Amino acid sequence: MKLRLSSGGGGGSGLGGEAQARLVPQARLSGPMPWVIAIMVALVVIAAAAGLSLRNTAKAARAELSGGVTVQIVEPDPASRERQARAAVARLTGMAGVSAVRRVPQDEVDALIEPWLGEGSSDADAIPVPALIDARLAASVSPAEIARLRAALRDGAPAARIDAQSDWLRPVFGAIDSLQWLALALVGLLTLAMAAAVLLAARSALGANRETIEIVHLLGGTDVQIARIFQRSIGIDAVAGGALGLALGIVGVLFLARRFASLGAGLVDSGALGWAGWLLLALVPVAAVALAMLTARISVLRALRQMM
Amino acid sequence: MNKPADGEIVQFDNVGLRYGVGREVLSDLSFTLFPGSFYFITGASGAGKTSLLKLLYLAQRPSRGMIRMFGDDAITLPHERLPLLRRRMGVVFQDFRLVPHLSAFDNVALPLRIAGASEKDVTKPVRDMLDWVGLGERMDARPATLSGGEQQRVAIARAVIGRPEILVADEPTGNVDPDMAVKLLRLFEALNRLGTTVLVATHDLHLLQKVPDSLIMRLDRGRLTDPTGALRFPPRRPARAPQGVA
Repeated sequence: MKLRLSSGGGGGSGLGGEAQARLVPQARLSGPMPWVIAIMVALVVIAAAAGLSLRNTAKAARAELSGGVTVQIVEPDPASRERQARAAVARLTGMAGVSAVRRVPQDEVDALIEPWLGEGSSDADAIPVPALIDARLAASVSPAEIARLRAALRDGAPAARIDAQSDWLRPVFGAIDSLQWLALALVGLLTLAMAAAVLLAARSALGANRETIEIVHLLGGTDVQIARIFQRSIGIDAVAGGALGLALGIVGVLFLARRFASLGAGLVDSGALGWAGWLLLALVPVAAVALAMLTARISVLRALRQMM
Repeated sequence: MNKPADGEIVQFDNVGLRYGVGREVLSDLSFTLFPGSFYFITGASGAGKTSLLKLLYLAQRPSRGMIRMFGDDAITLPHERLPLLRRRMGVVFQDFRLVPHLSAFDNVALPLRIAGASEKDVTKPVRDMLDWVGLGERMDARPATLSGGEQQRVAIARAVIGRPEILVADEPTGNVDPDMAVKLLRLFEALNRLGTTVLVATHDLHLLQKVPDSLIMRLDRGRLTDPTGALRFPPRRPARAPQGVA
């Protein structure tokens, strides 16, 4: 029988996908790697969603309150209070720099204080409740603006107290800012934890397949060829884990969104995610796959450098 | 230091090897391998044959000395160029080193795929080679299901499939019956006639007589002796001039 020997390099793709897949047996969700990535991705998605939602809440609240001032007519005599309230509305309406003025109706005021003071609290014989006027300035509220309004109302409504609405919520904004930073820090820490988990998994896979690596290495396989085999293997695990983690994360986010929506608080509703937010969440598993493959590549290349 | 000889394929100059801080297992090795020659390395167990072969197939760095392969200094060559040197060699490892989860076919195809051959350039040569070593019926078998002799034939098929410029074989006939040993030796000779330098490490002295033109190097406790003039300086040219690679 005549034996024909090949001259090797034929310009083909070499260790293509199928050949690579055969070289390192794929555990296919039976190993810990996809599950670790799934859990990490789910946690990152939830933390990122919380951070984005808090950012939206703070942004919407700031936009709403930045030009708002509340004028309170703190006058025990109902007739004088009513007279001063009308005078204040009249003075503010049409004043330069004031874009809108609204007298808060008595039933709205009653509804606001009812949880604390009970029904009928604003009756004439009960506690005197200030009249409220909601005014909106064209620009954001500054101490100079407050002083200007105060001066304008001094004659017609001497009992008027003027406050910037944003002042009341400053501690809330501070807390929201802190939570945003916390969410960002959590995303960062979880990303680091995921990178560490991938690094350990890549090393473990490297150890388990050391014999195969040495053989491919001694037969002339380049470091890049060998690294690509592991990149592919870990990439498949990461894609499976990332998809699962995204699904789990989205379920968690939707569950929390429903729970918060049922509170019926306007501040919470304004935190709903827009399409950009959802897109960002969808990118989390993509980033996880890229991170996993990059980590695997670096650790395999580093290990191969130790060999001759 | 010896002056590099023209056309040498491998040159060792004053090479020594020690593992860790132990004594040298190889000492003062200086020799040249020429294209188209057939060499045997003999020696008792523990003489250092496998260690010498590890240096030859670039699995181990020497502790001292110089190794040139295909004209390059293999010690100082950049890491990324070493695979190209390895692809010019075929190696039969003493422990076969087959990839356990690959079939016989895929194991033999591995060097071709690593070198970038397309699948259509892989299938026929690998099938022919496996037929030739008598494993045509066992192409899909995993190494664990093959006997020692069958594994050895797969290892040999893998080493020669890419028609290497130098074939390094560590006890290649150790696990096969005498008829198959002769057949494999004929394969090595056929390759040698095509221009491949062949270097076979063996402790089987009967094997040496089967290749009359071969040069013999004997290792004794890590040092080379020279019964056939293979180590002379200038080294004795091979009796059979290398033929061009077809």
